[in-house]
Amino acid sequence: MKRAPRGPARLTGRYARRAPGEPRAVGYLYVLPALALYGALLVFPFGQSVWLSLLHWDGLTAATWAGGDNYHDLLTDPDLRAPFAHALILLVFYSALPVAIGLLLAALLSRARVRGMTFFRTVLFLPQVLALVVVGVAWRSILAPDGLLNDTLEAVGLGTLARPWLGDYDWALPAVGIVGTWVGTGLCMVLFLAGAQRIPRELYEAARLDGAGPIREFLAVTLPGLRPQIAVALTLTIVAGLRNFDLIYITTSGGPGNATSVPAYEVYHRAFETNQVGSAAAIGVTLTLLIFVLTVGISRLVEGRRT
Amino acid sequence: MPNRAARAQRPRGTAPVVALATLALLAAGCVPGTDGSAAGGGTAGGATAIPDPAKAGKVTLTVWDQEIRGGTNAEVEQLNKEFQRAYPNVRVKRVARGFTDLKATLKLAVSGNNPPDVVQANQGYPDMVAFVRAGLLAPLDNYAGIYDWNTRYPTTLLNHNRVSADGRRFGTGRLYGISQTGEFVGLYYNKDLLAKSGLRPPRTWDEFTGQLARLRSDGRLPIQFGNLDKYPAIHTFGVLQSQSGAAPVRDLVFGRAGRFDNRQTTEAAATLADWHRRGYLPKGANGLGYDDAAKKFASGDGAYLITGTWQLADLKKAMGDNLGLMPPPPATPGGPPLSTGGQGLAWSITSRSKHPEVAAAYLDFLTSEHAADVMTRHGVLPAVPGEAAARVPRTSVDGQMLDTWRRLNEADGLVPYLDYATPTFYDTLSEGLQGVIAGAQSPERFAATAQRDYAAFMAEQREGDRDAAAGPGPRRDGR
Repeated sequence: MKRAPRGPARLTGRYARRAPGEPRAVGYLYVLPALALYGALLVFPFGQSVWLSLLHWDGLTAATWAGGDNYHDLLTDPDLRAPFAHALILLVFYSALPVAIGLLLAALLSRARVRGMTFFRTVLFLPQVLALVVVGVAWRSILAPDGLLNDTLEAVGLGTLARPWLGDYDWALPAVGIVGTWVGTGLCMVLFLAGAQRIPRELYEAARLDGAGPIREFLAVTLPGLRPQIAVALTLTIVAGLRNFDLIYITTSGGPGNATSVPAYEVYHRAFETNQVGSAAAIGVTLTLLIFVLTVGISRLVEGRRT
Repeated sequence: MPNRAARAQRPRGTAPVVALATLALLAAGCVPGTDGSAAGGGTAGGATAIPDPAKAGKVTLTVWDQEIRGGTNAEVEQLNKEFQRAYPNVRVKRVARGFTDLKATLKLAVSGNNPPDVVQANQGYPDMVAFVRAGLLAPLDNYAGIYDWNTRYPTTLLNHNRVSADGRRFGTGRLYGISQTGEFVGLYYNKDLLAKSGLRPPRTWDEFTGQLARLRSDGRLPIQFGNLDKYPAIHTFGVLQSQSGAAPVRDLVFGRAGRFDNRQTTEAAATLADWHRRGYLPKGANGLGYDDAAKKFASGDGAYLITGTWQLADLKKAMGDNLGLMPPPPATPGGPPLSTGGQGLAWSITSRSKHPEVAAAYLDFLTSEHAADVMTRHGVLPAVPGEAAARVPRTSVDGQMLDTWRRLNEADGLVPYLDYATPTFYDTLSEGLQGVIAGAQSPERFAATAQRDYAAFMAEQREGDRDAAAGPGPRRDGR
């Protein structure tokens, strides 16, 4: 803060040492209540989680020091590595697919004048509004062995494809993933539609004059114009995908076997069901760091180049 | 599947959080749990005469239980009302949650600053033993003497609620709870469907398995079964595994003798996989929910349903006289019955309850002969059936349940739930059995995995014994 230029304003006292709008110490007083709340509700519990992750603790009796044991286990125990691998696979369904489909829908909807546009937008956005527990219960019955999906497959003569989706070792993870895609796509689409409206019309006209077809136009104008929205969409969906707990809890409890266990579910499972609080905390902390790194990476990647 | 709202406690991730984590770490610098480690201790149990709750003044008794199914819920509600009518100075504040929810939240509740007075704790290492080791439950031996629980209940049943004084062993030592209901895993059958295939309830195990093939070739589903929730297979597997005798399995579960990778385990797992392959179980049983399967059976889909007596009241409501219940048939006609079972979750008193004597009177009331009659009227199996049970017609499904319970106890044919065996066995078994059913894991590998878990825990127990024998010393550190 010493960088503020010293000038003739010395007369008007110490405030004048800074340019207008430059942060002042007194400003911190204004954010102090919020900061205190943030510290008490988020930073302190997180610190406690870090502390717990360094202990062997069953949640009831005295804890013993574990040091890095719990983190070491994360690297060596296949039962602990698997959830992270599953989470990364799920990111394709929770993040990549919704963004891709959202872009496609936005490109289509913003080009063509669709009758009843608001209706379609609302329908596609609807999954965002529902509680994930409701989504989970609904999809659990859709994916049941004699649920809607299998019935439909049988009806159109694709009965051989029918399977107990959530109980199938190969298909359970993609099945849960599809639910995530269904939830995330609407959000992405609405974000992109809003963004597309802010792209100047002249750019499209210029592109068309230059003889660009719809694909060329999308790649040259729409996509670069949507960059900030893509960054937001990726960040939101990746965070949602990685902390995904409710869907797994409701649909599969991590099964069959542990084919769909994810870190967030494993945190709950270990802390509340198998009395391994230290290990649960280590997973939680690692997950937090992973989310942090990914979100920072995305904002660097997508937004950084703009400035 | 009600009440399965998500309850993850997870730190959120943002930049300043990470940056300030070290700071908060310093603020949080104490080892948790250091104040609750008085193993085997507890305060209650000083009474020498029958306590009189009427003289306790104004008391609120907070009770956490998991009896939310139709019959049990009604029975507990009625008994609570009656208890409060008998002692107007006592208010019973009931918190009822489903089994999974209660299991997940109870630990925080009993270790918190304001624990409930009475809780329903699941037997075995993850719950009851862990609570006792942390000194959170009050020993009830005194009350068992005062109230004659020792003579009211068979020893086998009481033993399931015992934990050794050092809080390390299950099935022996002090009494930490008393169960209200009995339960066993039996064969529910649909009388109509059996008759349509010209079958009658089987008298032997071979007859039963023969019927499965017959039902299948008649185009009916022999056994309704849903294993999406992971645990139902433990019950079915338990029935299969104990076919050749209760004693060896019981020794295994209580850690007295044996190995899990034996012939019985492998064969039982192979049978389960075989049943699924042959279509005796629904195709893709791993994808069907437990409650959904029960509903399907109740609506006439499936000739048999292998599950516990806790389902009886709900099934009967849908099926009426068409529902039958029997123990898994023995190897020879008229042989002693044998099945997985035991008793409902134990009702325990927390060690920091301010009214242990009122709580004890409440437990006595809940398990009294009168309570047994109330349970019978609501279609619930009392651990010790009373007079009302004798009047239930033996041909009704309730009569079949009571009769089977009596015969199982007389023949000493109850095999404890397999997941009691180690703290992590529930996971190991449920995950493994899903693999066995799907054909993703061979019966041999399943047995080997179970044995690995079992052997690790047994070794840990033995090591603990050596430490205990070496006398008091510094607590063994994790490594």
